[in-house]
Amino acid sequence: MPGTVRRRAPSPQWLLVAPALVLLTAILLVPLGRSVSRSVGTPSFTFAHYEALFTDGVTLTVLIRTALTAAVVTVITFVLGYPYAYLMTRVGPRVRGILMVVVLIPFWTSVMARNFAWIIILERHGPVNVLFKLFGLDLVLYESVAGVAVAMSQVLLPFMVLPLFSALGAIDRRLLLAARGLGSHPVAAFWRVYWPLSRGGVVSGLILVFTLSLGFYVTPALVGSPQQSLVAQLLGQRTTQLLDFEGASALGFVVLVVSLILVAWANRIGGTISAIGVVATNAPSATKGRS
Amino acid sequence: MTATVTRPADATPPAAAPATRRRDRAIDAIPWWLKLIGTVVALYLILPTLIVIPMSFSSASTFQFPPKDFSLRLYENFFTNPVWLSALRNSVVVAFLAALLATVVGTAAALGLHNLRGRLARFARTMLMISMVTPAVVIAVAVYISFLEWQLVGTFAGYVLAHAAIGVPFVLVSVTGALGGFDPKLLRASASLGAPPLRTFWFVTMPLIGRGIVTGAVFAFVTSFDEVVIALFLRSPDVQTLPVQMYNSVTVEIDPTIAASSSVVVTAVTAVCLLVQFVGGRRKSR
Repeated sequence: MPGTVRRRAPSPQWLLVAPALVLLTAILLVPLGRSVSRSVGTPSFTFAHYEALFTDGVTLTVLIRTALTAAVVTVITFVLGYPYAYLMTRVGPRVRGILMVVVLIPFWTSVMARNFAWIIILERHGPVNVLFKLFGLDLVLYESVAGVAVAMSQVLLPFMVLPLFSALGAIDRRLLLAARGLGSHPVAAFWRVYWPLSRGGVVSGLILVFTLSLGFYVTPALVGSPQQSLVAQLLGQRTTQLLDFEGASALGFVVLVVSLILVAWANRIGGTISAIGVVATNAPSATKGRS
Repeated sequence: MTATVTRPADATPPAAAPATRRRDRAIDAIPWWLKLIGTVVALYLILPTLIVIPMSFSSASTFQFPPKDFSLRLYENFFTNPVWLSALRNSVVVAFLAALLATVVGTAAALGLHNLRGRLARFARTMLMISMVTPAVVIAVAVYISFLEWQLVGTFAGYVLAHAAIGVPFVLVSVTGALGGFDPKLLRASASLGAPPLRTFWFVTMPLIGRGIVTGAVFAFVTSFDEVVIALFLRSPDVQTLPVQMYNSVTVEIDPTIAASSSVVVTAVTAVCLLVQFVGGRRKSR
């Protein structure tokens, strides 16, 4: 297209973008915007609904519990995901392909099927409980925050493994061999040479998993206990049962802002979001188009 | 990306004698405990999928694993019970219409944004992608309250519009990816040969980015078909989608038909994903 045409604003290309913008604006942005204005503008301009979040005695407890659960999930996915991603960089192309497909399985598995399966696995008399009893433990994970963390970690593992895999894959492993050739202990070689190089992928994986954990609704509602609800359930309850639209809007805005800040941070560090989107939609060349 | 990253580790200098190469490999072997962890994590990732299929052949009316007896009772109930059937039908209709809408507007937006530069275009792209990074429950609450006023709660139009909006990012990403290797000179060539824009789109652009569009459409369909959080807020006694009915069957009814439903959904979604990959792969290798 000749440059002279493009310089004349606005470009006719915007006509192609317009329908999508109208749809997204009407269906998502307007409701979100109205929810923000409702939270500060009912009955007139006020921060009372935000103050109430921190003084009603419930919301703060739930927010802290949600953050702790998210932290536990982040640690679990990191502890399991780092060695897995490292293994992916070490094996041959065929095994790596299998490991990649396995990582992507949680993306494919239906939300309700997966949560249903976790109820079966974790409930009293379920396989996990039977296994625990063999070791003399009578511990039921169903209807506990621990059970929620186990179920959430499974589905969030890809969001840890994928950024880690791209970070670890870029490290030249000969550096490790060099360190050991110069007399370094394997642990020291890992800690002083490999770990610092992997830190970018680690940080973006940690932030991403933590952020996504904050918004989980179905898993805590089905696998968790009603007495120990997380913030998403509280949001749902305020909206559909208590009809406290202002309180729900204020709480929703807090969750939204925290999530967006964390995601923007992770994105700045590793370009993770685009990488996830690309893997999720299986279009390898898309990274170049975005960024 | 994946192909290049591990090259350095594998590539031993060709000058090295076989003996030293073998010693290198012994020093740098994959330790057994790493393989063990990898296997355990892989099992953890596929465990729910492994559980769902045998559960669906259970003959019990409780959620017991492993099932004591096997039968096709749950499948029979799933495909004959009007409640489950209408939920399935609603989900298919909503997902089809939502995917159609998302694909049309998403593809157009990807084509437009491909030729646009500058801050405004970047901002527009971010706005279109925003649902990917917004917690579903936050969207659900905001959409529910607004839809109450617009009288869209519990209507087909409500489900379709909300699901189309969250499907657009998938279409945008995959079509943008397909456009990455697209040479704009082809459009000028086509125009100079006398083809009107629509004809050019259909015979030049479409075949080249078709795979991206199909991939995006499939993901938009699956996203809607599987979406439960927004659907839980928008549900009405008359119109419920399949994931909502599955949710009810766990929380309210304790109906093991969910096992058959889960197995059908998991199998169907996996089949569709594999099909897209297979078709795409074949076209690429041609």
